[in-house]
Amino acid sequence: MTDVLRVEDLFITYQTSAGGVPAVRGVDLAVKKGEVLGLAGESGCGKSTIAGAILRLLPATTEVKGTITLDGENILGMKPGRLRAVRWTGASIIFQGAMHALNPVQRVGDQIAEAIVVHQQAGEKEAQIRVGSLLEQVGLPTRRMQDYPHELSGGQKQRVMIAMALACSPSLVIADEPTTALDVMVQAQVLRLMKELQRDLGLSMIFITHDLSVLVETSDRLAIMYAGKIVEEGPAEAVFHEPKHPYTSALAAAFPEIGDMRFRGNPTGLGGDPPDPQEIPSGCPFHPRCPVAFADCERTVPGLYSAGEDRRAACLLMEDAKSGVETRG
Amino acid sequence: MNATDAAATPGGGLPKGAPILEVEDLHVTFQGRVGLIAGLRGQKGTLSRAVDGVNLQVRKGEVLAIAGESGCGKTTTARAIMGLQAVDGGTIKYEGKPLPRNLKPYLRKVQMVFQDPTDTLNPRQTIYEIIAEGLRIHGIDRGPNGEPEEQLVARALSHAGLRPPDRFFLRYPHELSGGQRQRVVIAGALVLDPEIIVADEPVSNLDASVRGEILQLLMKLREELDLTIVIVTHDLGLAWTVADRVAVMYLGRIVEIGPTEEVLLRPLHPYTRALLDVVPEAGGLDRPILTGEPPDPTRVPPGCRFHPRCPVVVTGKAAGLGIEAACKGEDLGLEEIKPGQFAACHASRQLGAEAALAALAEVEAAVAPEPISQGSWSSDDQQGDPDTSPEG
Repeated sequence: MTDVLRVEDLFITYQTSAGGVPAVRGVDLAVKKGEVLGLAGESGCGKSTIAGAILRLLPATTEVKGTITLDGENILGMKPGRLRAVRWTGASIIFQGAMHALNPVQRVGDQIAEAIVVHQQAGEKEAQIRVGSLLEQVGLPTRRMQDYPHELSGGQKQRVMIAMALACSPSLVIADEPTTALDVMVQAQVLRLMKELQRDLGLSMIFITHDLSVLVETSDRLAIMYAGKIVEEGPAEAVFHEPKHPYTSALAAAFPEIGDMRFRGNPTGLGGDPPDPQEIPSGCPFHPRCPVAFADCERTVPGLYSAGEDRRAACLLMEDAKSGVETRG
Repeated sequence: MNATDAAATPGGGLPKGAPILEVEDLHVTFQGRVGLIAGLRGQKGTLSRAVDGVNLQVRKGEVLAIAGESGCGKTTTARAIMGLQAVDGGTIKYEGKPLPRNLKPYLRKVQMVFQDPTDTLNPRQTIYEIIAEGLRIHGIDRGPNGEPEEQLVARALSHAGLRPPDRFFLRYPHELSGGQRQRVVIAGALVLDPEIIVADEPVSNLDASVRGEILQLLMKLREELDLTIVIVTHDLGLAWTVADRVAVMYLGRIVEIGPTEEVLLRPLHPYTRALLDVVPEAGGLDRPILTGEPPDPTRVPPGCRFHPRCPVVVTGKAAGLGIEAACKGEDLGLEEIKPGQFAACHASRQLGAEAALAALAEVEAAVAPEPISQGSWSSDDQQGDPDTSPEG
């Protein structure tokens, strides 16, 4: 299968008054056609920054190095006109917090239609028809396009956001914490909707959240980020149930399966906190919190090593670490 | 040392497992707002029954989780226990006695840990000031053994895992990480040497890898300080990890309560089952999802308050059992269905635990949506309209 998106050797540094903040430090990613890639990690690990870079939504002063190829075209080299054409038709995003992403004084139907008309995919009239069918697709009655955002509940607003992201039939949809602000029951409804749409429309997606249990439900592959780098990557269920990287194990333990007696009465967590991007520890950035760290971890920056079939992990405990054979995705 | 501290206080003598806090028929309502004109005309806003008859016993030394969706009244119940919420009815008893008019001595024994440590801590106060504030409010300048304030603050910080404590005295909240801030909040609760800690979503604002540590801390404190802990959470996985008993709330009332293993593995109330079905995990999307938004406390349905969404009623199982009329018309409270496990459900009452479990499993299978197979983006897979509102 062809890759819809390829990210190679991506480095992103934010410029602040306190100096450069390296948010992403050498990331390779690929999303195949029809595949859902789950990108997980804690706040500050760089996962949302990658989403911003793919749509070029980062502040102008941000330094972005590497290549991001969408449908064979390098996004980072695009001129503004071309970029505008590609945004939303090539890649779209479902933002976290639908409550704040919608314009409160515009009918939701018009907000969805706007993207269609701007991208000249249809005239005003046809756009209205398309909006109606989009709303139905996300499980809202067509008449809801006359509503203002405040007339909708949280889950309904998130459905509107999803309809909006699908408006121009993009090759890639990025969902950045799409259900974080929602209640558990509504979250399950929205996740199921997204999974169904993904299957029916053959969407390629990047699903970003800190909630590993949501990702294992929705994604085909998982990439776990820590301190601006991918530390583990592989098929979703395998990564979640048999993590190879100690950080993934710790993250997975925060989402215990009910009925699993190993977790009963036994909360496990990591000491310390995720590192400050401006003060990333030497060697393996995870070593100060790692329960199995050894002397070498402090000195050697691990690459991504093969960790079983179709899997990679950035840990010196991996077999290939000894010979120094890195694998690239 | 801690044991003597506890013994020095009147509450310390209660044996483990004895009811330390009892909530009986608690009611809290909120008056909706109306516009100025309507207000002048004497019109009133709609009444929202946030807590609508909660009965609850907290046992000494246990960890009790109160779980439910947002708007179910779990936080309001916690706030009422803390005296932070005026109640419209019901009684709260501490160590068997109704709360006195002057709540201050009681409030020293029951401390709250709030959800967001960043919001809870005053950004202009040093950690020392924050911790000492509770002592000052309660007019405590010496510990039970004559310790000075500084020593009490230091002890609370080190109990909360902030060591060495004097390193934190002069720091400000913004200098600490999220996990450390939550530890400060916990230290602020511990400094008064409480019997009960009520924690409202204590880890939901923390990074996933940090959560376990804070929960570990709470577990450790329970052992060391003989604490009773009430955790309010939407996360059943968290309840599974730490709680001895779980209470599930729906629309202002507890619908099921019992030992964690029973409630979470063999739930007797269909709502508990529905909540468990939406806990994200591999394949979880193929299990039934209740439709609609969380219910509206201004319009509590008659009969069993869950009946409009209840799969037992919707599938006609209730009619088959001859309880449909009861489900739709007869309000009911908790009843002990199995030793220690209480549920407010007509089906469980009628059938008893074993048959109810079987019936619920049958109903669940009937309403389960068609599976979305993994890796099914190949073109041969076709489905009808994406219908987000399956059965339920």
